[in-house]
Amino acid sequence: MADNPLPANETAIDWLRSMTLIRRFEERAGEQYTRAKIGGFLHLAIGEEATIVGAVAALRPDDYMIATYRSHGQALARGSEPGRVMAELFGRVDGLCRGRGGSMHMFDLERRFMGGFGIVGGNLPLAAGFGLTSDYLGNDDAALCQFGDGATNQGTFGETLNIAALWSLPVVFMVTNNQFGMGTSLERHSAQTDLQRKGEGFGVPGLECDGMDVVDTWAVTTEALRIAREQRQPVLVEAINYRFRGHSIADPEDYRSAEEVGEWSKRDPLVTFGDRLVAEGILDTKQRETIDLEAIEAVDAAVAFADASPEPEPSSLYDDVYVLTDQVRGWYSADHRGAGLQKGENLS
Amino acid sequence: MAEMRYREALNQALAEELERDPNVYLMGQDISVFGGAFKVTEGLMDRFGEKRIRDTPISENTIVGLGVGSAMTGLRPVVELMTINFSLLALDQIINHAAHVRYMFGGQVSVPIVVRMPQGAGHQLGPTHSHSFEALYLHVPGLLVATPSTAADAKGLLKTAIRDDNPVIFIEHETLYGQRGEVPGDADFTIPFGLAAIRRKGSDVTLIGISRMAQTAERAAEQLAAEHGIEAEVIDPRTLRPLDLDTILESVAKTNRCVIVEEGWPHGGVGANFAALIQEQGFDDLDAPVGRVTGVDAPMPYAKSLEQISFPHEAQVIEATLALFGDRKRASRA
Repeated sequence: MADNPLPANETAIDWLRSMTLIRRFEERAGEQYTRAKIGGFLHLAIGEEATIVGAVAALRPDDYMIATYRSHGQALARGSEPGRVMAELFGRVDGLCRGRGGSMHMFDLERRFMGGFGIVGGNLPLAAGFGLTSDYLGNDDAALCQFGDGATNQGTFGETLNIAALWSLPVVFMVTNNQFGMGTSLERHSAQTDLQRKGEGFGVPGLECDGMDVVDTWAVTTEALRIAREQRQPVLVEAINYRFRGHSIADPEDYRSAEEVGEWSKRDPLVTFGDRLVAEGILDTKQRETIDLEAIEAVDAAVAFADASPEPEPSSLYDDVYVLTDQVRGWYSADHRGAGLQKGENLS
Repeated sequence: MAEMRYREALNQALAEELERDPNVYLMGQDISVFGGAFKVTEGLMDRFGEKRIRDTPISENTIVGLGVGSAMTGLRPVVELMTINFSLLALDQIINHAAHVRYMFGGQVSVPIVVRMPQGAGHQLGPTHSHSFEALYLHVPGLLVATPSTAADAKGLLKTAIRDDNPVIFIEHETLYGQRGEVPGDADFTIPFGLAAIRRKGSDVTLIGISRMAQTAERAAEQLAAEHGIEAEVIDPRTLRPLDLDTILESVAKTNRCVIVEEGWPHGGVGANFAALIQEQGFDDLDAPVGRVTGVDAPMPYAKSLEQISFPHEAQVIEATLALFGDRKRASRA
């Protein structure tokens, strides 16, 4: 991993900060889930921090980023406030999506984080749509779409790569190969296990990066974005990594051995990158510890913020189902919860 | 006003909106060089170019998804699916994405996409190519559903759909494309959503016709008047979401009887839904149960003889209406 030179000191330290924040945030989220502060599914990105931070670091502010149901980290890396991400997990009014989306559906338009999406493979066409907008408007914005190895078996994968190549759209498709589609290992779900080659038939070039190494992920994603932006064509990047936790919190992990997890944890992206920064004299141990403590404090504050945020008002139930103009005719929503019927849009 | 075919009215609406807003673009299978499977987009490529009139591969789900992504980022796509039958391939993008993106992200984005597609039976295309799915799309909060049955409505509603900031499922009808009607030529002509059309005034019974069935109901009403002395009021809701329930209830308050006519299946159909709304809101106004005339509860058969009895015609509407009066003899004597 020392193959790639480090970026400027302050940038390298920022990356470690960002990765550490994600790690501590995810750990606390898992803990809050066991305390029933968080409902539904909770997919943690522990182990995948380098893939997230390296990829996001390669983006310009106006580039579009879109991800999956495992996307708290992407929001944080893109700059969303940790308190608002945690509040979304808590289902509170100050959540990024006002408690409508939850863990799987983070979104921060201001930072062009265009969402976490709950349907495997569902986000690829949208990413091509972002690329189409850039192309149509004649601007320089590119799109980065992350999805898992399992999504490469969906119809949208082939359909989207085909049309993105056909229409010369500036999109980087990044398959996060964390070795498992939920509990099914790569070799048991994909005939082609060299995932970067899965776009070849569509004329989409493939690149590979070490998703456990933030610098390599950043370098390869930067090159892929350059190709997409300058040569107006999609690129497929395979980021090889490993999630240290189960698919979701509810995963007993019967499909893999403790030895395998142990082997991968030796490549823990936080540890290896932190070690490198210390070894190359960019950080001392004390500063490294401070980064960790700051992340813990930020996450403590996020939990406090989320706890203090009110639950959404029942009267807001129908907000944003539709864009309503001043001249609303007819019934948009039929509220049938109790006696009688009323217009949902009249509740708010 | 000018007389033109339903497909020409749609073409005019598209051309006017393409002219009006540079962010409006069209995409779909065979819409550009070929001019559209039903020739709705004929001539538009020559006028607006390939950038705005885009042929796509046969990838329905991804085409709609592309539209959603581009709508989230500032464009106004009009996606043509060749027929409503193929929209089943795009249900994930239509329901999980187009319909829900705004809500699940707390209102941060809107999705101003129009998905156009024709439906309907009667062309001997068998079970997979004869669907009517307005009930399916009406079911989904977040979507608006328009079902134009005349050339003027086709134009006026499509223009409104393109200007609306919500995702609109715009359901045309294969049988109507060649029909002629008077259409306003004014480029500012639009028809608001949520405003039903009363096609015929009457005081004895309310007939509600959905999509093409608005025409079937209207023809049945003429026969009811001529042969049975029953004056039916015929309502075409034109949009199912938003729904002009007030016009329907006002009519039922006057006629005290109602029959709903649709081409789709009976279970969970538009008529089932309307019947529930009408009895909840107008129970005291009703002198008879709300009647329904629907397509048969079976896949669509190929054989012409079977197909023709599998979706409603005037005769079934008349029979269902007379049944509401309890005394068919009285009705037929009148």
